[in-house]
Amino acid sequence: MFGLDKKDTSLLMIVAVLTMFAPFILNPFPTDSGLAQFNAGYPDLMQRFVIFGIFAIGFNILFGLTGYLSFGHAAFLGIGSYSAVWMFKLLSMNIIPAIILSVIVSGLFAVVIGYVSLRRSGIYFSILTLAFAQMCYNMAYSVLGNPASSYNLTNGETGLQLLLDDPRVLGVSATADGSIPVTNLFGLEMRGSETIEMGAWSFSFSAGYYVSAIIMLLSFYIAIRVFRSPFGMMLRAVKCNQNRMNFTGLSTRPYTLAAFVISGMYAGLAGGLMACMDPLAGAERMQWTASGEVVLMTILGGAGTLIGPVLGAGAIKYMENIFSKINDTVLHGWFSFLPDGLEDFVVFVIHPFVGKGWHLTLGLVFMAVVIFLPGGLVEGGQRIMNLIKRRKKSDDDAAETQPAAE
Amino acid sequence: MGILEVKGVGKRFGGLQALGDVNLSVQENTCHAIIGPNGAGKSTLLNCLIGKLIPDTGSVMFDGQSVLGRKPFEINQMGISRVFQTPEIFGDLSVLENMMIPIFAARDGAFELNAFSSVSSQKDVIERAEKVLEEMNMADKRHMNAASMSRGDKRRLEIGMCLSQEPRLLLLDEPTAGMARADTNNTIDLLKEIKEERDITIAIIEHDMHVVFSLADRITVLAQGTPLVEDTPEKIKGHPKVREAYLGESA
Repeated sequence: MFGLDKKDTSLLMIVAVLTMFAPFILNPFPTDSGLAQFNAGYPDLMQRFVIFGIFAIGFNILFGLTGYLSFGHAAFLGIGSYSAVWMFKLLSMNIIPAIILSVIVSGLFAVVIGYVSLRRSGIYFSILTLAFAQMCYNMAYSVLGNPASSYNLTNGETGLQLLLDDPRVLGVSATADGSIPVTNLFGLEMRGSETIEMGAWSFSFSAGYYVSAIIMLLSFYIAIRVFRSPFGMMLRAVKCNQNRMNFTGLSTRPYTLAAFVISGMYAGLAGGLMACMDPLAGAERMQWTASGEVVLMTILGGAGTLIGPVLGAGAIKYMENIFSKINDTVLHGWFSFLPDGLEDFVVFVIHPFVGKGWHLTLGLVFMAVVIFLPGGLVEGGQRIMNLIKRRKKSDDDAAETQPAAE
Repeated sequence: MGILEVKGVGKRFGGLQALGDVNLSVQENTCHAIIGPNGAGKSTLLNCLIGKLIPDTGSVMFDGQSVLGRKPFEINQMGISRVFQTPEIFGDLSVLENMMIPIFAARDGAFELNAFSSVSSQKDVIERAEKVLEEMNMADKRHMNAASMSRGDKRRLEIGMCLSQEPRLLLLDEPTAGMARADTNNTIDLLKEIKEERDITIAIIEHDMHVVFSLADRITVLAQGTPLVEDTPEKIKGHPKVREAYLGESA
């Protein structure tokens, strides 16, 4: 279906079902139960899952296929966000033109940055991309963000925001009640959401999440097509042996540049979507830590695999938002059944790993994955599947041999 | 006029004159071997032919066109394929994929942004790749990871990849270096077969005299960056200058 083979179609279908039912799947615990804080099914976080999923899918087209490790992809994310907010300020609050502009502008930046950076490979390429991203960050933070100058493109520290006196040529500067209009898709408001109570559970369905999820599915589908195309095969060949490629009559530079631009456009799309969900853009989105985060996501999930980056993005965003909320009060609540001294000790031991210390847990998980599962979470999944298959097979064998033994 | 004409090529690395005034003419549909002791400039000469090095002086013409200043992929597109000393293949890809890449390159040129068509729909390329694999007796290995094959098989695959593009000139750089005797003999048989069955010109650089004398129609002996003699294998065998270059003056 859709020009995919059976295996890829079923993968796409599984991802589609999971994303469409995510508000249920991510909310397994009743609202009043003590475990409710592990529920991730609220719109804000679900949006982040799919948007960072898009970011990581795009990054994987560059890093997973060609092996070029870019340390500056957050620049495209930020550029996408700024472009989208400018579209909201100048044209209209519809998200379609904003998304289109953010993809185009980040694509243009990717052409320039890629053209220069791809002259080198390996660590030098990584450093060049990092340098470009830091330049973009500093430009956005100070040079282009000085409210007093006429080149105020980014509004510096405060971040680019919507104002009541923005022109919005195809819309209104302010609504009837004097507030800033909200982002929408032909009238469907992005922040609109519907909450359904079912017994002890409550599920919220947000328009913003579903729009992002559909765009994520579309990006995922395109990524599968790229992976399975002759172009994708050439990108894997670039990772293997550039020398052989050159002596086989293939020019490697346009291939790597195309991959770089495609992944830059994905990052721009993710940045644009972020601004659609919450129309403001700050320079911190372009900082090098954000670039590092997408590298972590891709490696944690499994670089070069289709679903890996999405899993990695989900895992990291889940930890960031859920683990960080576990503070000492919560811990004391959990361990209150222990004797006082022991309770304090257990809380003391766990304290560094949760709450503000969630980075420590992430670091340990990341180390464990890199050391024991170089193929990321996807490899972990495959190993478990193989184990089950083998066990099933040996059970079958045992069942077959038993009658003979009698 | 040969298909490959090397005229007055010289290359200097700092104080070392690696090549001085090399003249060489490779005739179409022959196998021309270039031999010489270590440091004679064989590899430098080869690198000048395929665009890795640009000689300081002289000219290299392939089929009437200069190859100097062109990039390796452009030279390949002119019809020159190269086999390396250590097999250069795509290790992480399957054998079939390895074979498809040069066929894509021959069909679509140096770059094609066909990111939306699936590999499995490229029937003509797959068919051709399978055919070449059969000719190379590797059809049963098509789904193997290329890196996991033996050295001899990797060499066979690399030669197959070059032949799949139907080049007019095949350059071989010590194709049997570091191989076991059996693998060497297999490679010789394979190259003999190629030579007999196809309209192809082969230029080979080799240390192993057994390989050279079983394949070559003409031999050029290179010593200290200049061609010493060029002749048929029979005459080269007993040539006093050649013995001198290889074994020293006392011989």
